[in-house]
Amino acid sequence: MATIGIIYGILVIALVASLAKSREKTKKAFKVAGKALLKTGPSLLVMLCIVGLILGLLTAEKISSLIGSEAGPLATITAAIIGAITLIPSLVAFPLAGSLLRSGATVMTISAFITTLVMVGFVTAPMEAKTLGKKFTLLRNGLGFVAALLIALAMGVIL
Amino acid sequence: MKKFIPPILIALVYLGLFIWLPEAALRSSKVTLDYFKEMAFILPPVFLLMGLMEVWLPKDKIQSWLGNDSGLRGSILSVALGTLPTGPVYVAFPIAASLLKKGASVANVVLFLGSWAALKIPQLMVEVKFLGWGFAALRFVLTLLALVLMGTLMKAVLSRFPDKQNQEKPE
Repeated sequence: MATIGIIYGILVIALVASLAKSREKTKKAFKVAGKALLKTGPSLLVMLCIVGLILGLLTAEKISSLIGSEAGPLATITAAIIGAITLIPSLVAFPLAGSLLRSGATVMTISAFITTLVMVGFVTAPMEAKTLGKKFTLLRNGLGFVAALLIALAMGVIL
Repeated sequence: MKKFIPPILIALVYLGLFIWLPEAALRSSKVTLDYFKEMAFILPPVFLLMGLMEVWLPKDKIQSWLGNDSGLRGSILSVALGTLPTGPVYVAFPIAASLLKKGASVANVVLFLGSWAALKIPQLMVEVKFLGWGFAALRFVLTLLALVLMGTLMKAVLSRFPDKQNQEKPE
């Protein structure tokens, strides 16, 4: 909720400033916004449905049982893949990661889950590609996945 | 025709779920609806902000603040912009796209998106609470390092093989 408040607050200030300076330009801003929204709208809806599907199937309990308390590279890779394909709010993800850690998952596995969760967005990729380009998206997510695995490895060794 | 394939596939999956796993189907529909409500609230103002940015932010300013020659100050500014508490990552894509169009460097846009998703301040506080200072601090440092490397690499690759849609359109 706070987020929404901040965004609307910024918008109101920006709009008032913009209107005060030029009505013409403000109108143009609305046009640009509408066009962009129409262009990305369909891929957004697709994204929403996929997010819903994945989260409906992969509940917190399911993720726990998949990552489990097992140690070893397989658990880490599984965690990395789950992190990459899901889009979980951090308020849910961190408590889940904490409880997995306490129930016996390794630091490496947990960091793989958290880093891919935040650095790789499989379900947001269609929207990213629409706005920022296919190559950009592919590179950012691909490199992000590799980086996340390396980070997990380093964290497992250090901590 | 091609753009109808994903929606049809999704509809089929949902249909299958409703037949074989009605419980999961219900959960999925609920999550989708929740996210839809959230997006319906957040996206219109975000796109409008992007429109305002597009109209008002002077290209040369963005170029000097965040462009290829903005140096360390540009990187710091990108991370600072990204870590502000402002919502889910899909909100950042249109903003990043308009920064890119206005002349921000690929490296800085990668930093901005990366810190938006991975280094958000409210998110870090939750992380500290559940995973501890050591975990959060180490992840922060390593992620920042990774983002800098990724940005540099992507800048090099994309300057040789640019995305078609990000090239300057003659108007």
